[in-house]
Amino acid sequence: MTDVIRLGPELALLIAAGLIVLMDIALPVSREAARTKRALGFALALAGVAGSIGWSAVLIAADEQGEAFSGTLVVDDFSLFFNFLLAGITGMIVLASADLLARTRFHAEYLALVLASATGMMLMAGAVDLIAIFVALELQSICLYVLVGFLKDSRSAEASLKYLLLGAVSTALTLYGMAYLFGLSGATGLRDIAEFVSASGGDSGTRAALVLATVFLAAGLGFKMAVVPFQMWVPDVYQGAPTPVTAYLSVASKAAGFAVVMRIFLVALGEGLISSDWATMFAVIAAVSMTAGNLMALVQTDIKRMLGYSSIAQAGTFLIGLAAVAAQDPQLLLGASSVVFFLGAYAFTNLGAFIAVIAISQKIASDEIADYAGVAKRSPWLAAGLAACLISLTGIPPTAGFIAKVYVFNAAVQADLVWLALIGVLNGVVSAYYYLRVVLNMYAQEPASEETFQPSLSLGVAMAIAVAGMFLIGIYPNPLIQASESAAAVFG
Amino acid sequence: MPDIREGFVWAIMLLPLGSFAVISLLALLGLTRPPRGGGAPVWNARFSGHLTIMAVFAAFLLALWSLETVIANDNARVGFGAHEWVTVGLLHVDIGITLDGLSAIMLVVVTGVSLLVQFYSQEYMRGDEGYNRYYAFMSLFTASMLGLVLASSVLQLFVFWELVGLCSYLLIGFWFHRDAARRAATKAFLVTRFGDLGFLIAILLIWSQTGTLSIAGIQEVALTGAVSSGVITWFALGVFAGAAGKSAQFPLHVWLPDAMEGPTPVSALIHAATMVAAGVYLVARFFPVFASSEEAITTVAAIGSITAIIAALLGIVATDMKRVMAYSTISQLGYMMMGLGVGGLVSAIFHLFTHAFFKSLLFLGAGSVNHATGTFDMRRMGGLRKYMPVTFATVLVASLALVGVFPFAGFWSKDEIMADAWDDRKWVFFVALAGVFLTGLYVGRMLILTFGGEYRGGEATEHGERHGEPHESPPVMLLPLLLLAVMAALAGFANINDDFSHLLEGSVPERAHALLTEGHFRLWIAFASVAAGLSGLAVAWAVYGLKVVQPESVRNFAQPLPEILENKYYLDALYEDVIVKRGLLGGAAILLSLWDRYVIDGTVNGVARVAGWTSAQLRLAQAGQAQLYATVVFLGVVGAIAGILVVNPP
Repeated sequence: MTDVIRLGPELALLIAAGLIVLMDIALPVSREAARTKRALGFALALAGVAGSIGWSAVLIAADEQGEAFSGTLVVDDFSLFFNFLLAGITGMIVLASADLLARTRFHAEYLALVLASATGMMLMAGAVDLIAIFVALELQSICLYVLVGFLKDSRSAEASLKYLLLGAVSTALTLYGMAYLFGLSGATGLRDIAEFVSASGGDSGTRAALVLATVFLAAGLGFKMAVVPFQMWVPDVYQGAPTPVTAYLSVASKAAGFAVVMRIFLVALGEGLISSDWATMFAVIAAVSMTAGNLMALVQTDIKRMLGYSSIAQAGTFLIGLAAVAAQDPQLLLGASSVVFFLGAYAFTNLGAFIAVIAISQKIASDEIADYAGVAKRSPWLAAGLAACLISLTGIPPTAGFIAKVYVFNAAVQADLVWLALIGVLNGVVSAYYYLRVVLNMYAQEPASEETFQPSLSLGVAMAIAVAGMFLIGIYPNPLIQASESAAAVFG
Repeated sequence: MPDIREGFVWAIMLLPLGSFAVISLLALLGLTRPPRGGGAPVWNARFSGHLTIMAVFAAFLLALWSLETVIANDNARVGFGAHEWVTVGLLHVDIGITLDGLSAIMLVVVTGVSLLVQFYSQEYMRGDEGYNRYYAFMSLFTASMLGLVLASSVLQLFVFWELVGLCSYLLIGFWFHRDAARRAATKAFLVTRFGDLGFLIAILLIWSQTGTLSIAGIQEVALTGAVSSGVITWFALGVFAGAAGKSAQFPLHVWLPDAMEGPTPVSALIHAATMVAAGVYLVARFFPVFASSEEAITTVAAIGSITAIIAALLGIVATDMKRVMAYSTISQLGYMMMGLGVGGLVSAIFHLFTHAFFKSLLFLGAGSVNHATGTFDMRRMGGLRKYMPVTFATVLVASLALVGVFPFAGFWSKDEIMADAWDDRKWVFFVALAGVFLTGLYVGRMLILTFGGEYRGGEATEHGERHGEPHESPPVMLLPLLLLAVMAALAGFANINDDFSHLLEGSVPERAHALLTEGHFRLWIAFASVAAGLSGLAVAWAVYGLKVVQPESVRNFAQPLPEILENKYYLDALYEDVIVKRGLLGGAAILLSLWDRYVIDGTVNGVARVAGWTSAQLRLAQAGQAQLYATVVFLGVVGAIAGILVVNPP
């Protein structure tokens, strides 16, 4: 029973998903019923999210932490942090999908897939066993493959196929890396593997095998994190997928990917023998991702592609934090907590940006940055919200993005990675150009039409939450900092 | 009076911020626009002006109270507690207030000039469709500038540093339907960000080396020699890069003349009196650090000297009245840097103080002239002395102050800088003297072309109305001019009993007092500088007024100098065409866009083209692209393994 209680947040989502599908089958198929079904599905999905968040809160209040299902899953501050984060993101995505769902018959399937995928992501953050990790990974990936192709037009279908094919490659790589780890240590538990690694001493054969395992895992999971050179799918898929799914990919899937990477690399491979190797690797990947992502974003004309490349650059910035963990203990926590913090701050910022894009693009019927001309005149709130989010992505105070960058660069400097922090700062300057170009377009150009527009209620609510959270973190970051620190403390 | 309490000091910054928040909220709620059915909007735009003026006026009174508190406190820093803002591992950032002579003077200058400018803008911006937006941005700017001055840690300072930059960007591009305004805004933003990069790196460096971000802490470290002198030098140079960007020092000065595309009151407040002086303030704030490094302080002196001269030369050829003043501002900022470079913290800040009044007066005067004639082109003015006697008289006072004629404000402050230079680095003194002559020259030319001779036309104003006969501006605009003229005439007496000096010395740590240069008043220096200024004016009179020689023949005689000047030393061409277009965009970005266009999009477009054909071919094309992607992934894997094994062989 304890196992089930500890798995409550995941189960709440899964139950909601099941109920939505059942409800869809049980209620009659008719035009009038479709409305009720949609409203009911919407309510069920939000109830699932609320239940998940509530249950996580209960787990914290009752101090109900520890292992579940014979040590394959764990409830600790780290998984709880991600429970809140991922459930919150899922709720926002559900809100942001309202307009999309109004145009499709398959709303029940959509919501169920989103919730099931969220379940997988939460399990990713809580899994401490290779097999559990793999199952969780596949659960979220398969749901996402379907969601990316949800629109069924040629772009969406093409994106889905690409995502599936490359996802298969990444799965293969991840499995390959896991197989190496299992073959070497004979264990699937992350702690057991860690014991093996520290017991192996400096044996060069073992180290070579560990290097292989490390690189394969980094490559496979690098696909989820969307870092160079495993990011090739990002622009096409971001552009082709329905925009709420794109937002989901860029925020939730990425956060879950980082959670798994932190679990595996900090727990199983955290030993000095191997960690200096992967820290250097991550440092290089971080530098390359930031630079390539930003330079490519400079020349984009489609806002979703631009945000795609920008998310690659942002992922590179998160990786700075991971690269910074290889040094001594306090830095380990600092690097890890900086990543966790950044994920939280980035979630608000990027969700806000995507929600604004959803609301604006469907009104102007275009994703072209040039068509955003004069949006400030037509929809001042949306334009102001999008501008604020882009300013946060640039890293200009007083927004969440600024604190997050200070946090990560600080971790890098303390781990003697000043060069990496410098590259990050330089990239921040480059990124200002393409982010602010959108702002400039919205404010300093004449609109093509004078017609004003408002976001729908659910989009407006989601947008308000995202922007408010972003400024709150920017002005009073301490609560999130403390949460990130206690989340990272599980690796101490 | 009792000492000011911390909450009131915060209020100095929060009042204009509140005015910004209220105006933007009302605008977002749509209350500033006429309702659907027609009629007047709920919120009359004039109220935005009134709200801003009241907020800034209250802030001004509080700023005076702060100054009074510092003086009552024997000119020493007033201690306020620090408030924890961000604590991450070892990084501990407090926010707090620095209230000492330096910041108190800045508070008074910023709120005082801002108050007059906001008052003046009521008339100047009347009828502009962006009236609300104008006051919202001006409030935000004033709040940010005050926040910058009050900051007690570099990170806090940097936050506001960026915000003033953002406001400057928004206000330069205020009339964004003009292409020139948009481009000027972008240019200003990019050029100053280039300097900010140095500042950021300096912050990173000092934090990694000393672990402190508090301004007092960094000063302490520099004075006790707790870190190597190399670190101090690089930190100081990085800070100076940021300061040079904001204060338009050579070679980053190119954005300021273009920034004149903004409304004239914006130029007066931001690009003459306050934000551009933020760089000077920053160097002054870190004066103990600069003074601890011979290399850094020499750089400051040298860059300041170069800037003072090259900008003054450019002022001689400019035909746009505002641009003459922009070059003059750059040149005067160069003087302030020179002052700092010779250890004259007091003289530099004193010059900042007097300059704020006479230069904003000059700009507001130019705005008044524009209001009357509809142009800034001095070739189309002339004879305005008759039509606008008050404007003429006030601009004349400001001009004499700028040239440094006794007893106007500029005389006293410039004289102090020169006295300091004589005692510290003599070459700076001679540069400064030459600069005074050039100042007299361009100021004289500007006065004669604008106010002397006969009226030569004019054209539509910034707002598009046309004027016939030029006329004097209304009292709302003249009152600020008169008040500023009083300050421009008398502000120099503020330091007659060394009150100003004592106030500023109290803001420098005890240990750093030895690093200050205190040049003594020498009668011959005073005479020399006034003589240089007057001879500049006299030459201008001879050439442009009496036309002893034709300006054209002077121009031909001095070739190629005038041509170089008219092309602004070819720096714009160098930056825009060579470095940005050919170097940056022509290089890296084009390569990447080619990759994007032909490798990625090419395939996608190909896909789109055959899409109608058969789905089978579509699938083939997609699969082919996925193969390419997968290949890159595998190359990445191989590269990573090889990299690890090469860097760290088994």
